[in-house]
Amino acid sequence: MSGIDNVSRRRFLTGGIVAAGALVLGVRYFPKRSAGDELPHDTHADHATLNPSVYLGINPDGTVWIVASRSEMGTTSRTTLPLVVADELDADWKRVKIEQAIGDKRYGDQYTDGSHSIRSFYDAMREAGATARFMLIQAAAKQWGVPAAECETDLHVVIHRSTNRRSSYGELATAAAKLPIPKREDLKLKQKNAWRYIGKGQVSYDLEALVTGKAIFGMDARVDGMVYASVEHPPVLGGKVKSFDDKEALKVPGVRQTVAMDPFKPPPAFQPLGGIAVIADNTWAAFQGRKKLNISWDNGPNETYDSEAYKNELRATSHNPCKVVRNLGDTNAVFARGGKVYEADYYVPLLAHASMEPMVAVADYKDGKVTIWAPTQSPQGVQDTVAKELGIAKEDVICHVTLLGGGFGRKSKPDYVAEAAVLSKKLARPVKVVWTREDDIKFDYYNAVASMYFKATTGTNGKPTAWLQRSVFPPIPSIFDVNAVYGDPAHLQQGWTDIPYDLPNLRIENGPAKAHVRIGWLRSVANIYHAFGIQCFTDELAHAAGRDPLDYLLDLIGQPRTIDFNGVEYPNYNASMEAYPWETGRLRHVTELVAEKSEWGKRKHGKGTGVGIAAHKSFLTYAATVVEVEVNDQGEVRIPRVDVALDAGLVVNPEATRAQFEGAAVFGTSVVRTGEITATKGAIDQSNFQDYPVARINEVPYQTNVYIVDSDAPPAGVGEPGVPPFIAALCNAIFAATGKRVRDLPITKLGLS
Amino acid sequence: MIQLRVNGAAQSFNGEPEMPLLWYLRDILGLTGSKFGCGVGLCGACTVHVNGQATRACVTAMRDTAGKEVTTVEGLEKNGLHPLQRAWMQINVPQCGYCQVGQIMQAAALLNSKKKPSDQEINEAMAGNICRCGTYNRIRAAIKSAAGEMS
Repeated sequence: MSGIDNVSRRRFLTGGIVAAGALVLGVRYFPKRSAGDELPHDTHADHATLNPSVYLGINPDGTVWIVASRSEMGTTSRTTLPLVVADELDADWKRVKIEQAIGDKRYGDQYTDGSHSIRSFYDAMREAGATARFMLIQAAAKQWGVPAAECETDLHVVIHRSTNRRSSYGELATAAAKLPIPKREDLKLKQKNAWRYIGKGQVSYDLEALVTGKAIFGMDARVDGMVYASVEHPPVLGGKVKSFDDKEALKVPGVRQTVAMDPFKPPPAFQPLGGIAVIADNTWAAFQGRKKLNISWDNGPNETYDSEAYKNELRATSHNPCKVVRNLGDTNAVFARGGKVYEADYYVPLLAHASMEPMVAVADYKDGKVTIWAPTQSPQGVQDTVAKELGIAKEDVICHVTLLGGGFGRKSKPDYVAEAAVLSKKLARPVKVVWTREDDIKFDYYNAVASMYFKATTGTNGKPTAWLQRSVFPPIPSIFDVNAVYGDPAHLQQGWTDIPYDLPNLRIENGPAKAHVRIGWLRSVANIYHAFGIQCFTDELAHAAGRDPLDYLLDLIGQPRTIDFNGVEYPNYNASMEAYPWETGRLRHVTELVAEKSEWGKRKHGKGTGVGIAAHKSFLTYAATVVEVEVNDQGEVRIPRVDVALDAGLVVNPEATRAQFEGAAVFGTSVVRTGEITATKGAIDQSNFQDYPVARINEVPYQTNVYIVDSDAPPAGVGEPGVPPFIAALCNAIFAATGKRVRDLPITKLGLS
Repeated sequence: MIQLRVNGAAQSFNGEPEMPLLWYLRDILGLTGSKFGCGVGLCGACTVHVNGQATRACVTAMRDTAGKEVTTVEGLEKNGLHPLQRAWMQINVPQCGYCQVGQIMQAAALLNSKKKPSDQEINEAMAGNICRCGTYNRIRAAIKSAAGEMS
């Protein structure tokens, strides 16, 4: 990151603070930009007296402004990253104010996805805090006429012990601002034993606002004079309006007009889907107007898409040789020798995100510029997409980021934001686009449907002598290239290319599948199906060998080693292999740890009860999960207890990390119990929580125990890695309890609920 | 003209009597604490109190609020924080937080009728409120903690 740069001295400003981008709590209306406001992206930090970094500003009253440049959707990154700044600054957390950045490339990457906020910004945050602390110390030393090396900091003050002098950060801010910004190599970062906040954590900065209803989500954003819009989208991807009649819609009280939206030009990417927008005085009138529209659709070529037939196609593809992704030894030669062969097909359907806040955005287009308020995981992505849609420069798209009512990857795709921008330009006034839950379920970027085929032969102790795995799924790149049919390295790496087993003969393949809906990232992404297939097939082999599943799993993981990806495309989640090698010893360790903590093999399990285990690395974090289930005669599954051990390297905020892994167990429960999106004649069959149920309080694990390995390795992800091993461990537990092997999700297919 | 009280203040509404209470609260009164989640009474994000009863505002027509007292999160506690809100903070319940106001309003109605709800009673009362982030166990713990504090 090269974000350190003294903006305050390059920009001389006399005007008042512009409250742009700030989630000003208690303020229900976002202030509109005033006519003289030339710098909509300015933050309080920019205007602060001492402003050595785009992320940080300190005022003479001692207030420390820290800029949260990444989106908050529940992982607490909006709190945890500023906490790192505060730690290196030795700041009093109570005097820190966090403000939310707009989309602006000066913050570097703002794409809040892929569980990498801490990993990618930990160093930049430390440098920002350390830079300010360095300057404050220099200022104090100069005032006191003592060497800077003799000065130190304590909570919000600089101290010179031998003369017993101390000066607060606020008192020093003005003098410090006159000093040169130090070079990165001159910074002295704190030692671990001096950390105040890192490793200890802190609750969300927004906690009180969240429980009092004062927090501003995208759904709550409003600007003066705005109208409300709801869009009837083509039911089939790529469909177009043939003709429409809006007479009845216009009779609905509160409906102002309708607007025909252009269909997208393939590939869909993040373009609006097209359809008919109803514009009204309030949200409800817009919804009602939509129900009265009479639209005739041209559904286009995706009308042939049917989930059941498609599943059979994927499966057939997976039964024939496919593209080789990674190969060790000679599996075919071993299979040709004959002997007992184990084969299995695994299948996961399309999955929807169903964040609690449906898609929503406010846009205000004026004089060639558009200002946006949106719950987005990617404000710079909003700038790109909206600029293209409106034919304006990216810099003329000002994207304020509200809190997100859940994201899970859906809000990385700004199609809904672009709708608001397009409509605002057409109507020449501010527009709020609100999606219904039905829109959210039917027009998602779904997690890919995947079929996987496994084949193994085994030798001594039932250990595989040859292992073949083939996956077939419509890839995410299909939203950018209609001809993309093979898994790309970024998603094949997610638990497929990097199967961690120490096997002499291993063949990994991937087959082609054409997408008929928009495919996208969903929490844990391809790891969901890959971990499910691999970890459950492993459990099958353990039982076939009559071995304890834990013991068998550890046997396959083998002795600690670093996986060699020489000759294999393995992006390593865009992290360096040097800093983040694939260490099987760490996976082994979390597996042993969770076994110990869950008292694996020691607890008694009666009829209809059982435990399952799975281990999986994703987003550079190693995790292993043990799930206990009870299944009654009606096939109802209860989950009394979950234990999960994780090694995410350095964990800045353990409390938030525990919460993420607790939530991951719930998210995984939804996938296993009821997660299924299907299409008939190209249109999605599900619409709301009655036919796309997500787990409720009485259906989730009753207890989830999280064990965090104390590690000095560099930080890795925590938002996503909990989901994949949970899903597999739950399915393995169901087998242990019932003898029913879950190979097709959700478990309703087996008559379980 | 529909007359009602919202958080203690008299209000009159002369719009469409079929309009759900939720949109009146959010779009017309600007009380955005109550959230839109599903529109069909399946997720509980819009939960408010109507004459003290937990009610899904998204499926409650304005005509049915005539003469009623509506309480939203903005009016849940006159002075400071409600014990449930304090418990929610102490146990660090929210992740994204979008559903939490509805959860708290549902829990507040539960504690009004049951001083010390059991796990089973909490599950039954809260089963209509979805949290996609998965904070359910903390919600249960927070309700128990608040129940202890209030009794």
